[in-house]
Amino acid sequence: MTGVNNILIVGVGGQGTILASRILAEVAIAGGYQVKISEIHGMSQRGGSVMTQLRFADEVFSPVIEPSTADILLSFEMLEALRALPYLKEGGELIVSKQELLPMPVITGTAQYPADIAERLLSVVPDAQIVDALSLAKKAGTVKAVNVVLLGMLSRHLPFDENSWLQAIRKCVKPKTVEINLKAFALGRG
Amino acid sequence: MTTQLMTGNEAVARACYEAGVKLVSAYPGTPSTEITENAAKYDEVYAEWAPNEKVALEVAIGASIIGARSLAAMKHVGLNVAADPLFTIAYGGVNGGLVIVSADDPGMHSSQNEQDNRLIGRAAGVPVLEPSDSAEALEFTKTAFSLSERFDMPFIIRLTTRTAHSSSLVSLGERKEKPLIPYKKNEKKFVMMPAHARPRHLDLEERLSSFMAYVEGCGLNRIEWRDKKIGVICSGAVYNYVKEALPCASILKIGVSYPLPARMFKEFAAGVKKLYVIEELEPMMEDFARSLGIKCQGKELFSIAGEIMPWEIASKIGGKEQEMLPAAAEIPARPPVMCAGCPHRGLFYLLGKHKLVVSGDIGCYTLACSPPLSAMDTTICMGASIGVAHGMEKAAGEDTSRHTVAVLGESTFLHSGMTGLLNVVYNQSRVTTIILDNSITAMTGHQHNPASGKNAKGQTAPAVDFEQLCRAIGVKKVLVTDPYDLQATEAALTECLEFDGPAVLITRRPCALLVKELPSAALTVDNKKCTGCKTCLKLGCPALGFNEEGKAFIEQTQCAFCGLCAEICRFDAINKEAAQ
Ligand SMILES: Cc1ncc(C[n+]2csc(CCOP(=O)(O)OP(=O)(O)O)c2C)c(N)n1
Repeated sequence: MTGVNNILIVGVGGQGTILASRILAEVAIAGGYQVKISEIHGMSQRGGSVMTQLRFADEVFSPVIEPSTADILLSFEMLEALRALPYLKEGGELIVSKQELLPMPVITGTAQYPADIAERLLSVVPDAQIVDALSLAKKAGTVKAVNVVLLGMLSRHLPFDENSWLQAIRKCVKPKTVEINLKAFALGRG
Repeated sequence: MTTQLMTGNEAVARACYEAGVKLVSAYPGTPSTEITENAAKYDEVYAEWAPNEKVALEVAIGASIIGARSLAAMKHVGLNVAADPLFTIAYGGVNGGLVIVSADDPGMHSSQNEQDNRLIGRAAGVPVLEPSDSAEALEFTKTAFSLSERFDMPFIIRLTTRTAHSSSLVSLGERKEKPLIPYKKNEKKFVMMPAHARPRHLDLEERLSSFMAYVEGCGLNRIEWRDKKIGVICSGAVYNYVKEALPCASILKIGVSYPLPARMFKEFAAGVKKLYVIEELEPMMEDFARSLGIKCQGKELFSIAGEIMPWEIASKIGGKEQEMLPAAAEIPARPPVMCAGCPHRGLFYLLGKHKLVVSGDIGCYTLACSPPLSAMDTTICMGASIGVAHGMEKAAGEDTSRHTVAVLGESTFLHSGMTGLLNVVYNQSRVTTIILDNSITAMTGHQHNPASGKNAKGQTAPAVDFEQLCRAIGVKKVLVTDPYDLQATEAALTECLEFDGPAVLITRRPCALLVKELPSAALTVDNKKCTGCKTCLKLGCPALGFNEEGKAFIEQTQCAFCGLCAEICRFDAINKEAAQ
C-alpha cells in the first residue's frame, strides 16, 4: 500500500464503534504499520452521532481524516452513513449496516428520517454494501456483536490475513465474549 | 521494548506509573477523565476521585510537600476551581514533583467554554508543557516530574481533546520507585502569609528565570529545518497537522508553551522568509513573537475560536484547494439525548408541565434544555444553580421562588453546590433545590463519587447521607422521591415550592445505564386506545416514536421499561403487562 489509509467508522453513541477501531488498530499494528486514531466522545455516550477516525501507513502525522479522503467508510447506521458521506473519497468503499435509529428531532416530529437513504448512498457509491449486520449478530448470539460483524465485512477490503484479525479480537474483547465475537466476525467475513 | 497503542490520557497514566508517582487525585471532566481511571489500575499508584478539582489539587500538594511525586488531573474549567491553590503553591514550590494536567477542549466537544489554559500557567507563573501525541504525553509527563523537583515548581501538562483522546504508539518503560524526599518543616516556603509570600514571589521569579534559561537549550522545543520559504511556529496537536499539511515547511515545535524561548523564536524567525504562528484559541505564541519585534501571521488567518484542522492549514498557507463539505441540509441532526429510562426525565417533564423557571446545572440533565423537554433556563458552571436561584429571588422578590427551582445532580451538589445551599439557608431565601441523585457521576462516563458507596479503585467506601447533610446545613424541609413515580414526585415538588423556607427535594434512582437486570414487563402501545395525541412524545424518550398510522410506538430494543409514558398517557393506551 502507498500513502495513508483512511478508515472512518461512524455510528450512534453506544453502538461499539470505539471497540471496532481498537481491533482494526491492533490488526494494522501487527501488519507493521503506524496507526493513529482520533475519537470524539463525551456527549456521544448519550445517543449522539459518533465518529472514529483511523489512519495507518508507514508514517502518520495527523490523526484526523480530511473530507473527501476516506478510503473506506464503515457506518453502523443508515442516516450516519449519509451524514459522513462527504468524507469518502471518489472511488472509496462504503459498508453500511441497514439499521435505522431515529434521532430526537425525528421523534418529536420537527424533522423527517429520509426515506431514500439507500438510493442516495448508491447514487454516490454504486457498489456500496448495505447489509443486514443486525441479523448476523443475532445469529452469532447477541445484537451487541454488530460491530464485529461489520469488521468481518471490512476485513475483506483490507490486506491483512484472517489470523491477525482473530488474534486482535481475542486481545480486545472481554474474555467471556471471545467465542461469540469470533463467530460474529466469521459471519461478517462470509 | 514493548510498544502499545494508547490515548494521550492512558499515556499520562502510564507516565505516573513509570515516574514512581505515589498519588493521583482528580475530579472527572471530559477530556481528562481517563487519566485517573487508568492510573487507578496500577496497584503501585494511589488514585482517588476528589469531590472537586480544588480538593484534588490540594491533596496532590499535600503529597508533594510530604515528599511524594503526585499528580492532579482535570478538564480546563476544573483548573478555574483549583486556581486558588495553584496560584499560591507556585510561590511555595514543591518537595516531591507536582504535576497538574489541564485537558483543554478547543471546539467545545463537551464543555461550556473553550478557555486556553496556557494563559493560566502564565498568569500563575507555572510552566506549561504541551505534548503533541501519546508518546510525548508519556515522555513530557515524566520529564515534568523531574523538572518540577529540579526547579522547585509545579508543572502543568496541557492536553487538548485531540491529544487526550487520540491514540498512537507508545514505548513502555519500567517503573522507577521514588522513595519519599524527606520532609522538613519549612514555614517560610509553605505558610503563605504576607511576610513569607513577598519573598516567595520574588523567589518564584528567580526560579522562572532559571527555568527560562534551561528552556532555551532543552530538547522540549526544537527547530526542524526544511525549506526556508515558509516557517511555522506551532505546538500540541497542531504540530502534526502542520507536518501533514505543509510537509516542506520549516517548523519551530514548541513543547514548553510557558515560558516561551525568546532566543529560539528569533533564530527561527531570522531563518525563514515567511513566518506563521498556528495555534488554537488564544494568540499566545503570536503575541510573544510580536513582543520580540518578529513579523508573523497568525490570527488574521486562523480563528481565535474552535479547532484548526489540517486541511485549513493546507488551503490557507499551502494554497491547496479546499474540499468543501456539501451542506447537509436535509440530514436531521442527531443531538445527544437523555437515555431511555433516564431517572432525570420524569422530573424535567414535571418542571416543564408546571412552567417553572429552572436554574440548571451541568450533568446529563443539562440535556433537558433541548426539545421536547425544553426545561432549563440557565446553566453557567458546576454548582451555579443554587446561587443563581438565590440571586433571582433576592433581586426580584420572594414570589420568584414559588415558580423557580434550582436543579443539579448529586455529584455537582457535592462538587460545589453545597456552599450555595448553605448560603440559601444563611441568607434566608426560600429557594427549592432539587438534587437528582443517581449516585454516580454519569455525564463523564460513570465515575464513583462520595455518594456512590465505592471509591476510584472500586472498593467499598462510605456513602454520604444527603438528607442528614441538608438538615445539618439548616434546611427544614427535605423530601425524597422516586422519579419514576411521577405522582409522588409532583406532590413533593408542590410541597417544596409552597413551603415557607428553603426546601430540598431529592429524586433518587440509579442511572438507567447501570441497572443490570431488565424488568420483566414490556411496554407496548395499544393501537385501539392510542389517539395519536403525542403527549408521550413530550418526554423526549429515544424509545418512543410515531408511525404512519398516526399512533405512538415503542422501540422494543431501546425501551428501558421505566413506565413514564404509561403514567402520563391519558387514554391508558400504553400497556405495561400485555407483552410479557
Ligand atoms: C469544573 C468542572 N469540572 C468538571 C466538569 C465535567 N462535568 C460535567 S457534568 C459532570 C458531573 C455530573 O454529575 P452529576 O451532577 O451527578 O450528574 P449526572 O451526569 O450523573 O446526571 C462533570 C464532572 C465540568 N463541566 N466543570
